[in-house]
Amino acid sequence: MAILNGKKVIVIGDRDGIPGPAIAECAKSAGADVVFFSTECFV
Amino acid sequence: MGEYAVLGGASYTLAYTPDMVIHDGATQVTERVVNPDGEYLKELPNHLRSFEDAVRYAPNQAYIGNLNNEELKAIEFPWYDKPTDITERTGKYGEIMPEDEFYGLMQICDTFDLVELEAGFAASVKEKLAAHGMFTDEQVAVLDKNANFTEEGLAAVVEDGGCGLYFDGKLVGVIKKAHDVDVNLSAHVMLENIASKATSVLSLLHLIRVTGIDPAEVDYVIDCAEEACGDMNQRGGGNFAKAAAEIAGLTNATGSDTRGFCAGPAHALLNAASLVKAGTFKNVVVTAGGCTAKLGMNGKSHVEKGLPVLEDCLAGFSVLIREDNGTDPVIRTDIVGRHTVGTGSSPQAVISSLVTDPLDRAGLKITDVDKFAPEMQNPDITKPAGAGDVPEANFKMIAALGVKRGDIEKKELASFIVEHGMKGWAPTQGHIPSGVPFMGPCRDMMLDGQIERAMVIGKGSLFLGRMTNLFDGVSFVIEANKGQGEGGSGVSEEEVRGLIASALKDFAAGLLAE
Repeated sequence: MAILNGKKVIVIGDRDGIPGPAIAECAKSAGADVVFFSTECFV
Repeated sequence: MGEYAVLGGASYTLAYTPDMVIHDGATQVTERVVNPDGEYLKELPNHLRSFEDAVRYAPNQAYIGNLNNEELKAIEFPWYDKPTDITERTGKYGEIMPEDEFYGLMQICDTFDLVELEAGFAASVKEKLAAHGMFTDEQVAVLDKNANFTEEGLAAVVEDGGCGLYFDGKLVGVIKKAHDVDVNLSAHVMLENIASKATSVLSLLHLIRVTGIDPAEVDYVIDCAEEACGDMNQRGGGNFAKAAAEIAGLTNATGSDTRGFCAGPAHALLNAASLVKAGTFKNVVVTAGGCTAKLGMNGKSHVEKGLPVLEDCLAGFSVLIREDNGTDPVIRTDIVGRHTVGTGSSPQAVISSLVTDPLDRAGLKITDVDKFAPEMQNPDITKPAGAGDVPEANFKMIAALGVKRGDIEKKELASFIVEHGMKGWAPTQGHIPSGVPFMGPCRDMMLDGQIERAMVIGKGSLFLGRMTNLFDGVSFVIEANKGQGEGGSGVSEEEVRGLIASALKDFAAGLLAE
């Protein structure tokens, strides 16, 4: 997970897959700076 | 009779609208702004199906009730290149209406003279609607008011901010703006709203046919589509429900609109079942029309991959929830799942809140539910667009949770998905696929004794409105009618016998004492 440490991250989640806030929490726990996250709907 | 509301029947309708795909679908409207000379808009007309192809398309026939899920599953996937032999536009639950008739229906549903049709076109549509059999003479006569409308006149209305209605690429009608300044009453918004109302009305008329209910006996209507009607002072004031009930002849009904993105129908059904269970109303109808913006939503992917544009139909549905009649499946309003503010957004948290938490509270395992009905999107549409098979993803998540809880073994995961899941068949019209397409088949399967318990799961993407980042969802259980709730608040036959025996004993004892 070191690849995300200290990096700025933009998160786009999928409402029928993994939603944005869940990915953002994972990224934060790996040391990322989440600058934006959202969840999109493709159906 | 028991104390739960029951599922009295459901109707499902489609309006085949290929010209609306080009002119009114949000993907195409956006493309005309950002890339007007691009390949996609040039190629799109070559990828539109004929009405006959849309009728023979297996998922459409499944939606209107001429194919069951096992029959759909038996057709090798993908389905777009394997037309069925069914050429009937009408099915057990509803119909597939062609575009010209649908424009006529939109005019019947327009009470403010905003729809105008070219005179010759209107005359031909009038004949078809008169022969349709579901519209009154008075409704069909509405089309007489087009006698003076010419193509040139309609073109002038479009120039003045109206929206064109096209048939085979030709301008045949317009929707006029309803206000000079107010964007909430623009021609574009009026077109979306009248189209939603018209598809809802078509479904209501089929619900009357399917259930045989006297229209005058419907007490309350809940609309759960995703449009908003109102003016600049009350943008989402409503009320689609009562507006559609008026045209469908539900003279003793009032109603209201319930919104929740794709979860709207599940929320509305819970409201309806609770209103009936409480004794507030005897017959409540949940209804929704379709969404013009979502026509051709995944069109770019379909065109790119050489497929027909499969999102060429507006969809509608109506469901009757009524007092227990002793036979219809019961809506278990006491086995309800909720995604709450505090639930969280991880898939596991979402599925736990909607599926396993309510089952746990009722002492049930996931294997006690014969069929789960989450979002039933047609994978023929979503897979080429990269969105995967949405129903299958939901079944996998439910099964995985079942393995984690010990309800099923890991090796049973695949067979659980087959046995307790279904192939998706609903058009990607937002709220339309969300659990509710199964209400009709579920009733039939329970009346036939094929299944005993089902769970309907509605999920909604609240974040799209930019008011919250939260997700949403509600779920509920439907069961075959076995007199659930009978005697729940009263006294059973056995108890009455006991009471009488006890009273007689006391009486005899009293006599002996004397």
